[in-house]
Amino acid sequence: MTDPNVADALDVRPDPSDEQSGSYYGLPIINPPVWEELEIAGYLFLGGLAGASSILAAGADLTRRPRLAKPTRLCATAASTLSFVALIKDLGRPARFVNMLRVLKPTSPMSVGTWILSAYAPLNFVASASAISRRAPEIGRAAGIGAGLLGSAVASYTGALIADTAVPAWHEGHRELPFLFVASAAAAAGGFGLAAAPVSENAPAARMALLGAAGELLVEQLLERRLGPIAETLHTGVAGRRLRAAKLLSAAGLAATALGARRSRVTSALTGTGLVAASALTRFGIFAAGMESARDPRYTVALQRARRDASS
Amino acid sequence: MSDESPIDVFLGGGDPAASAGHEQHPPRLGFFTDTSICIGCKACEVACKEWNGVPEDGLNWTGFSHDNSERLSGDTWRHVAFIEQRAPLGGHQPNFQRDGDDGDFRWLMASDVCKHCTHAACLDVCPTGAIFRSEFGTVVIQADVCNGCGYCVPACPYGVLDRRPDDGRVFKCTLCYDRLEVGQEPACAKACPTDSIQFGELDTLRARAGERVQELQEAGVVQARLYGHDPDDGVGGDGAFFLLLDEPEVYGLPPDPVVTTRDLGRMWRQVGIAAGALLAAGVAASLGGDR
Repeated sequence: MTDPNVADALDVRPDPSDEQSGSYYGLPIINPPVWEELEIAGYLFLGGLAGASSILAAGADLTRRPRLAKPTRLCATAASTLSFVALIKDLGRPARFVNMLRVLKPTSPMSVGTWILSAYAPLNFVASASAISRRAPEIGRAAGIGAGLLGSAVASYTGALIADTAVPAWHEGHRELPFLFVASAAAAAGGFGLAAAPVSENAPAARMALLGAAGELLVEQLLERRLGPIAETLHTGVAGRRLRAAKLLSAAGLAATALGARRSRVTSALTGTGLVAASALTRFGIFAAGMESARDPRYTVALQRARRDASS
Repeated sequence: MSDESPIDVFLGGGDPAASAGHEQHPPRLGFFTDTSICIGCKACEVACKEWNGVPEDGLNWTGFSHDNSERLSGDTWRHVAFIEQRAPLGGHQPNFQRDGDDGDFRWLMASDVCKHCTHAACLDVCPTGAIFRSEFGTVVIQADVCNGCGYCVPACPYGVLDRRPDDGRVFKCTLCYDRLEVGQEPACAKACPTDSIQFGELDTLRARAGERVQELQEAGVVQARLYGHDPDDGVGGDGAFFLLLDEPEVYGLPPDPVVTTRDLGRMWRQVGIAAGALLAAGVAASLGGDR
């Protein structure tokens, strides 16, 4: 998005004779995010997967299900490490990442999130090291519980992260996005647990997957209702394709889990993989919908005109 | 101003320099850009680039009338918009006709710039503290702190900030902070040959703008209106505001901008409830049996 010739990038044709277009040559009103899709949409997914996996791992550890606890701890560690890599790589000046840690600003979800992630990731390492080495289980458990508690924040704050912008499809969804993201996180972690843990211990993963997938489908309906005309960005183009695929996979995963897919190693692996994919598609879909709502000035103008006319 | 409660300061215009902790500070400074007398010479674009050392921003032929810089960005801190309309402009006589125009033609020109909002979303969301409020009430980025996270870019309701390609950091208008500190007016205002760009104390500019819009209205330019002058608008009023001759969106400006952080309290509450729900789901999932 740093291409100075935005018009070419967006394939907008100037039409100076169209005085009713209500925009300046069809150019965006706000500057669309400069974030790379792979890194930032990927982070939205990985952060959710990590956070909810930590919760599942802590629960499994406390209820003596080591063969669910170990893979979910490792998953949380890998996903949170990759999250850090993605976030740092996306900076315009990656070497200056540490400048994030010179202040803590409650007005900046990115600042708060960076601090949370900085406390959360090391706890995962401790929990994973304990699980792999089979040493210091008490320290591993304490670190795992800490990671689980912070994991809930890691999975939810990303809703505020993207909503705290002028991007119409994200900002107008600020009430729903944190809930959509935790539901998507639960579906992803539950799905991973189904795919990675043996049948004898995967019941908590199946329950989390059920709650997550059902929540994901429900909250997306609420989001669509909230967005009104901007919900168009959820239905069209790349975002529409991703979100339709996500819904199909979530619904299929929900049905399969409810019908007892977890009782077979093969069906639980298939169901779990589908749910993880659904969660990723949801995040990449929401990301794409926001980008489209930022690029097309009609969304910004229509929304604000309606607001202005309603208040005057 | 001093007896305002914090919540009034947030909702209304307030005194941004004092809110940022500048106890003894000079009056708030800003721009009043009167687009009705802009001639589209782009001296402001050039003066800004020269003074601030802003790199070339792409040599493009856009076909958008005489506009080849398109929008504000990391490399364009003043942007002159050109709009061609089939509409009369007061007693203005166009010197040319297009087919079927009946002589009704007007050319709107407007020099856009960072608004230096009273409630600046870019400043609020900046995670490094690189963006700060100056003693003049302006909003400035410290290039030696910015790490190019890009959060301010979509946070700005006006599309002002952007990353500079090949640099990675975000840049924008500083209202010539270095010039203000030595009592000089910003380069763009200094270079403007028609005083379309007026610089000064914000209170003075607001009063002058009120008189000017009334004068135009009385002269029959009924579409003349002020934009960004109201301390009670969604950003608490702009430090750089405008006199426009058409709807804001025609110039590429948002019709009713609101600082995104106005809703941040609700966002954090939703995050808290969602986090609690996820933890509850985790507990419920773990407590059940294995059958």
